[in-house]
Amino acid sequence: MRPMPSIKYYQALTRALKEEMTRDESVMLLGEDVGPSGGIFAQTRGLHGAFGDLRVRDTPIAENGFVSAAVGAAMTGLRPVVEIGFEDFLTCCMDPLVNQAAKLRYMLGGQVSVPLLLYTFGGGGVNAGPQHSQSLAAWFAHVPGLKVVMPATPRDVLGLVKSSIRDDNPVLCLLSKKLIGTSGEVEGADDETLVPLGRAEIARPGADVSLVTIGQMRRAGLAAAEQLEAEGIEAEVIDLRSISPLDTETLLASVEKTGRLAVVQESHAPCSVAAEVLAVAAERIERPLRARPRRIAPPFAPSPFTPALEKAYIPDPPRIAETIRRMVAT
Amino acid sequence: MVSSVPASPPPQEEILRLFRLMCEIRAFELAVVAGYKEGEMPGFVHVSLGQEGAAAGACGALEPGDLITSTHRGHGHCLAKGADPGRMMAELHARVDGYGKGRSGSMHIADVAAGVLGANGIVGQSMGLGVGAALSLQVNGRKSCVVAFFGEGASGSGIAHEAMNMAAIWRLPIVFFCESNRYAELSPYEVHVSLANVADRAAAYGFPGIVVDGEDVLAVHRAVTEAAMRARDGGGPTLIEAKTYRWHGHYEGDPQAYKTAEERENGHSLDPIARLEERAGELGVAPAALAKVRAEAEARITEAVAWAKEQQGPALSLLDEDVYADAPHA
Repeated sequence: MRPMPSIKYYQALTRALKEEMTRDESVMLLGEDVGPSGGIFAQTRGLHGAFGDLRVRDTPIAENGFVSAAVGAAMTGLRPVVEIGFEDFLTCCMDPLVNQAAKLRYMLGGQVSVPLLLYTFGGGGVNAGPQHSQSLAAWFAHVPGLKVVMPATPRDVLGLVKSSIRDDNPVLCLLSKKLIGTSGEVEGADDETLVPLGRAEIARPGADVSLVTIGQMRRAGLAAAEQLEAEGIEAEVIDLRSISPLDTETLLASVEKTGRLAVVQESHAPCSVAAEVLAVAAERIERPLRARPRRIAPPFAPSPFTPALEKAYIPDPPRIAETIRRMVAT
Repeated sequence: MVSSVPASPPPQEEILRLFRLMCEIRAFELAVVAGYKEGEMPGFVHVSLGQEGAAAGACGALEPGDLITSTHRGHGHCLAKGADPGRMMAELHARVDGYGKGRSGSMHIADVAAGVLGANGIVGQSMGLGVGAALSLQVNGRKSCVVAFFGEGASGSGIAHEAMNMAAIWRLPIVFFCESNRYAELSPYEVHVSLANVADRAAAYGFPGIVVDGEDVLAVHRAVTEAAMRARDGGGPTLIEAKTYRWHGHYEGDPQAYKTAEERENGHSLDPIARLEERAGELGVAPAALAKVRAEAEARITEAVAWAKEQQGPALSLLDEDVYADAPHA
């Protein structure tokens, strides 16, 4: 077996787009500055040169308009990929996502499908302030008809973006800004291994507590698990990867085994993905848990730009480890 | 600009074809009004009585490969583009043979095979979705065009500007067709539009804007024929505004307090069907030929209503069908 190449998180995105656009002529890319400029993080560099004006299209700053256009294109035979630079700007295209893309197949009695991938960069950790740091997965996971994924490694970016482009449903891929420059191993270019939607990954096995992580919290969760290991506490770290559909099977099997459940996320706790995970466990786990389940999340406040405040805002390994210590001690 | 194309009368069979479309729309809408009063249809309905000339003239100018996107007041557009009145009526009656399997109602009727990408319950989205459909045609090198219907109310929405701006930049094969019917929801044109003509806004995008008499089906047909040809030939978008009049309220049951008593009594005097009948001699069409077409159109709709009422309602198993293109969510 050949060694697996190591690439950066954003390069995995570029590679996935390039491979899928090569494989399928109906795939096109549109968004602000995705064309000749190559994007704000160089994430689309080379695509315009490779695929031309028709298939790689810069748009005006008009999220409502170009996402609606992408939905119209998806209904009529294309497989559009849309970039929205910052996840916060999804608020500018709620209608085409929630009222159109998500419901058209249902409303039209199955006459159309809407094979659309929208990817965007979200979350905090780069001092971007209240309007450029949000993690809004729960908003979209609440909508039937949409799928939502949050890859945290280059391998999952590659595999989930490719799977999402091939999926016949509208998919939101919520990438992490903080992880853009991180590296990791991926399959070789000739390997068609895809990461399926709807499957969580056990990033680290353990017997004492199920620690579910969402998006970039995978790294914080793994770091906390390492700290805890030295103290004799084995945390099973489950990277959710797919928010909708949710991999309840992996989740429940782990909680059945450990009897303890903590969820760490970078969005607020109320009505969140963590709240849903706890609800699923509360409804479906037969035996009583060994400790009260916990959501580890920022305060119910916007994300500050101030480095010291943002550091305190986003859950970090010490806070995660402390929460778990208390759960195991009870 | 006002369309100033000289009116050489079209061939008789063309006139009769457009007349038939208008009569079918009229009969359909009258049947909807009656059925709604009887309590046979759940939900809300918006009828297009008085606007038959616009729908028939516009869709009558299209080829089978052309596409339309429509509005909440879309029965006329769908019928004129070739949707089946029986299946439309079945949808309105919440029967499983309706276009949305009886789950969607009046505002979501679509017949994708006939080029009807759907009525839509969100004002303005027909324009964004239409831009996307036109994008598909352009990317795939198809010599067809899209007509995106909207009203003067939608012309004030952000997506109207976003859609027309993108269509102009990308020189898309699309005709933005504004049915200016004097009222948007419950308030008059002047509340919604600062200019005398919505079509004047086309100048801001650098494509032609044409005002046409919406009560004159032949004038509408001529204007859309030209604009559609230009669109299919790569000449870019056109904005056509058909000045017409909404006989009824925003929705059936609307007391129309915003109209004067005189207007409520005499609004029906603006009648595109009567207009054509009055011109029969001048156009060289025998009144008897018109009467025959009208009777046939009415009979077709009567039959469609009877058929629709005989169909079954959707089974409970349809509650979560067509939400996703693949297996249902866990």
